[in-house]
Amino acid sequence: MKDHASLAQEFITDEPRTDWHDETLWFVRQKRDKAAHGLPEWEQLREWASGIKDHTLSNLNTYLTQFEAQAKANGIQVHWAFDGEEHNRIIYDIIRKNNIERIVKSKSMLTEECHLNHFLQSNGIEIVDTDLGERIVQFRDEAPSHIVLPAIHLKKQDVSETFHKHLNTEKGNNDPQYLTEAARIHLRDKFVASQLAITGVNFAIAETGGFVVCTNEGNADMGAHAAPIHIACMGFEKIIPKAEHLSVFLRLLARSATGQPITTYSSHFHRPRPGQEMHIVIVDNGRSKQLGRKDFRNSLKCIRCAACFNTCPVYRRSGGHSYHTAVAGPIGSILNPNLDMKANADLPFASTLCGSCSNVCPVKIDIHEQLWKWRQVIVAEGYSPKAKTISMKIMSMVLARPAVYRFSGMMARKMMRLVPGLFKNKLNPWYKQREMPEAPKDSFREWYLKNKK
Amino acid sequence: MKVGLFIPCYIDQFYPNVGIATLQLLEKLGCDVSFPLNQTCCGQPMANSGYASYDGGCDKNFVNNFSGFDYIVAPSGSCVLHVKEHLQDDANKEAALQIRSNIYELSEFLTDVLKVKNIAASFPYKVGFHNSCHGQRGLHLSSMTETVSPSFSKPLQLLNMVKGIQIMNPKRNDECCGFGGTFCVFEEAVSVKMGKDRIAEHDANEVDYITGVDVSCLMHMEGILKRNADKIKTIHIAEILNSQL
Repeated sequence: MKDHASLAQEFITDEPRTDWHDETLWFVRQKRDKAAHGLPEWEQLREWASGIKDHTLSNLNTYLTQFEAQAKANGIQVHWAFDGEEHNRIIYDIIRKNNIERIVKSKSMLTEECHLNHFLQSNGIEIVDTDLGERIVQFRDEAPSHIVLPAIHLKKQDVSETFHKHLNTEKGNNDPQYLTEAARIHLRDKFVASQLAITGVNFAIAETGGFVVCTNEGNADMGAHAAPIHIACMGFEKIIPKAEHLSVFLRLLARSATGQPITTYSSHFHRPRPGQEMHIVIVDNGRSKQLGRKDFRNSLKCIRCAACFNTCPVYRRSGGHSYHTAVAGPIGSILNPNLDMKANADLPFASTLCGSCSNVCPVKIDIHEQLWKWRQVIVAEGYSPKAKTISMKIMSMVLARPAVYRFSGMMARKMMRLVPGLFKNKLNPWYKQREMPEAPKDSFREWYLKNKK
Repeated sequence: MKVGLFIPCYIDQFYPNVGIATLQLLEKLGCDVSFPLNQTCCGQPMANSGYASYDGGCDKNFVNNFSGFDYIVAPSGSCVLHVKEHLQDDANKEAALQIRSNIYELSEFLTDVLKVKNIAASFPYKVGFHNSCHGQRGLHLSSMTETVSPSFSKPLQLLNMVKGIQIMNPKRNDECCGFGGTFCVFEEAVSVKMGKDRIAEHDANEVDYITGVDVSCLMHMEGILKRNADKIKTIHIAEILNSQL
């Protein structure tokens, strides 16, 4: 499997497209800045959000069982899934029991993480993603490249081609209004015909047993209100203690995600309407393990706003698919090693540790510090390339011995002047697109001894 | 005031002029500066690559060289941040802790400890300022565009004291240049693209120089500038503050 560095290199090959991707997401980051700077209490809100989440993570058992009891009392059926497989199985059983053939699903990164679509399709069941961006990538048989803007890697021309192929729209008509209208008509049929609506959960409230789903397109509501059965899927970290805490999180979420003051639809679900069935599937899938990792537990505070994606200079120039996981970006790079350390050993290194991610995070996850800590764990567990380990060992031995360091430095500079080809060659990744620094005759220390001592 | 001068390894080897400017500047400002002769590296290259466990020898050597100073000053935000966050020596815990709290990046030492109000320097050029991430977000040398807080910049406070200088901020004022330590070779494509994008904004401002508090960022951008025959030069802030042009 290709790692982030090589996938990113492929992405960058098309430089104008990379620039467009970078600028589009930077625009979102600027909208976020404007929204944040418009609230004098912004840093206080982040502090509160972080505190509420920290408290909740320390009392998960209490709040989850309280939520379960309340939800059940409201008439919601609650299921617990240990992993992605069990999550998919629970949904499949409900589908089978009710002879369901037509399913709509609004945005849920959890179902991406559990590969629900693939699982259902391999069992012969059609599932239609109703978020516009997700529908586009679903047509193309691609994964979302961004958790909030799933098709952000595509231009309107790409969407036009995709819709021409799947929805029979006019070839070459790139008008966003026209294309959106085509998607609207197509999805309207799916909503009306659906027998089951699957949604995600942004916040589940322990004291009420209700949950909140945020969308800009209203597609979660369209699905849940039309279908006779509603299944909401949530990772267990979506729980918050009280409804009043929404006044903190809903203000932070949309501002951080897109710079909007609030999501267009923040829909509160409490109980099934008469004749409707409502289910909640609460999923662990590695979260307990992450909760047990002292250095990484607070990554579970994440509310999936993707502010860290939009600000990340590496993400903007490498695209979501270069992270080869359901959740990309900086937050994905600290969540995914927990799920599969070997397959995702490259991700914590896909960062310059610039720290911008931690600064924009609305729940104050120390993302860049966790990236640094994951690097230590990955090396300690033996998932770092051998050649890197050997070179680091040698380097650390040289740098721990002043005389050896000085001799090596002097020799290296001499060689750079006398045999520049040793450094200026294709094997040196620095030299591929950058000149080497000039090698001076004297180091600072040598100058110091001649001039100052 | 006894100041220990820390010249990080790659500055010692490749950018001696930055070390010289730092030393001369500190002496001009009345500091009693010593350069411990057996210093090498802060250990950051290993630690940021995941090999912090190999840093024992480097750390020990650092503590041996820099114990007992009132202050330790270095012309590098990144190395200073690493020492502040990670230096440890089990045989000498107290000394290591003291170094961690006494070490300063050059510009913050000038503004916060020496409280420099004016500098007799002149540099009649158009200069683009690069905010390096570890200095800015790590050491809080300046405010950051992401957070809601009053705006300030310690390095710019100093550069504004220089006669004749015209400072230009790039459009994205605090985006990373893409150096990132070993990132610059292991993620070569992204690293260079980030550097090119920073440079393009300085090009648009038609600056003569790009400056900053970290030689590593400047070295990376210098490599790209030279490869593309760009006429912009890079210069460390110490060299500007020590200039008499």
